Amino acid sequence: MDTAIDASEHTTALAAGFQDPVHDAQECFRAIMNAMARPGTEQLIREDGLVPPAPLTPTVAAIVLTLLDYDTPVWLDRPLMTSDAVKSFLRFHTGAPIVKEPVEAAFAIVTDPAHLVPLASFNQGSAEYPDRSTTVVLSSQEFGKHAPVTLEGPGIKDRAALSTGPLPPVFWDQVSANSRLFPRGVDLIFSGKGRISALPRSTRILPSEV
Amino acid sequence: MNDTAQIFDQGEYNFAYLDEQTKRMIRRAILKGIAIPGYQVPFASREMPMPYGWGTGGVQVTASILGKDDCLKMIDQGSDDTTNAVSIRGFFEKTAGVRTTYETSEATVIQTRHRIPEKGLREDQVLVFQVPIPEPLRFLEPRETETRKMHALEDYGLMHVKLYEDIAKNGHIATTYAYPVKVNDRYVMDPSPTPKFDNPKIDQMPALQLYGAGREKRIYAIPPYTKVKSLDFDDYPFEVQKFDKPCGLCGAENVYLDEVILDDQGGRMYVCSDSDHCEERRANGHLGPMAADPAATHFAGGASEETVQ
Ligand SMILES: [Zn+2]
Repeated sequence: MDTAIDASEHTTALAAGFQDPVHDAQECFRAIMNAMARPGTEQLIREDGLVPPAPLTPTVAAIVLTLLDYDTPVWLDRPLMTSDAVKSFLRFHTGAPIVKEPVEAAFAIVTDPAHLVPLASFNQGSAEYPDRSTTVVLSSQEFGKHAPVTLEGPGIKDRAALSTGPLPPVFWDQVSANSRLFPRGVDLIFSGKGRISALPRSTRILPSEV
Repeated sequence: MNDTAQIFDQGEYNFAYLDEQTKRMIRRAILKGIAIPGYQVPFASREMPMPYGWGTGGVQVTASILGKDDCLKMIDQGSDDTTNAVSIRGFFEKTAGVRTTYETSEATVIQTRHRIPEKGLREDQVLVFQVPIPEPLRFLEPRETETRKMHALEDYGLMHVKLYEDIAKNGHIATTYAYPVKVNDRYVMDPSPTPKFDNPKIDQMPALQLYGAGREKRIYAIPPYTKVKSLDFDDYPFEVQKFDKPCGLCGAENVYLDEVILDDQGGRMYVCSDSDHCEERRANGHLGPMAADPAATHFAGGASEETVQ
């Protein structure tokens, strides 16, 4: 861009992807893999250089660039869906088809998690192919400032705690219902600023001690 | 590996050989595998510049997770020196330029065909298995549609019948390799051609385990600290192989031993199958009953000479 242009549709659509696509994607993937393998732990995502159109955050953009392509239908919540700049960014960098129904999605990106649609509306996979389910990426999360939940299951030595939000009040009940569906169910990635945490469907939420 | 070396010299290839689109597809399969421990995730396996028997599934998994700061260890039959291990290590040195090691404790990613290191793995390590036949029910039911149904219904009666027939015929469960396990109280899984001696190591292991089957196009996983139980019966509990002798070279007990022929007069000894473990013990002054034997010393010397490359 050698001439001064306002922050127009044109410039935001061309927001850059990874500076080093091969190694940045590898590093981001390892963080996601570690998060999924060790539920409740926080993993760092390097977000320098990424300036995606709002409300897409650099951390969510890194996840998207790492995992999405034309083989992965993606569902967007309203704030993302109503942004042409976001849709252009996703189309340009990933080629992922944007779908209208949560159940059609391999990935769902949610930037307003307080108004999250029920987890049950996403694809849960089938009994024979439980892998054909939606991975839900929840943005705008703050770790360590909300009432923690206690976790148990594969990837967790004894027990772990996760404190994240904002989330709808019914959220943890929905997560419990989701884990009872095992091996079907959705997997969750919580994305904060430069850090993520994940809950695979195999994680059980223990009832909070009174 | 000469043919393979020529392929590399002919053209350009991506970091760790696989293109980014393939890596993304495999990475997504790995995440599903982790989320559903023991479930075999189908993936679109790629042709690799090596025959299928050489662990192309494991190679594709390793290529998809490997970063430039990783340190890779390759094991085949417990040793880093066999053709298979040397070739695959060379493949990654060439295509990814990563550091490689023989030392278990130094590695961040360990790819193996038959053995799990004797030394306990850590949380910051990943163990990748090369799997020839991922479906534990395949010998009992050849149809994929049927085995998939059995896994969906958690219907593992056939597997128990097979093990019980083993007992009826042999007085014990005769399966010593690829001994089936149940993961997270749900999926019956084949732990690849590892000896059943190694089965207890995959239970509650601090390291993440990833399994790749290239020809059969399946990826599966066991997250860290996951319950993995070898199938057995109340009256015939699971038992690992026991060796009545220690390692001839380092004196280690409770490790997996290989028989080694020392000369053409029938001289033989039993040594650690995990060559790195054995060398480390000897370096620390542990001596086995054969350590002073000239033929055995020659064997040990030869092994460590090859290590220095
Ligand atoms: Zn030894």
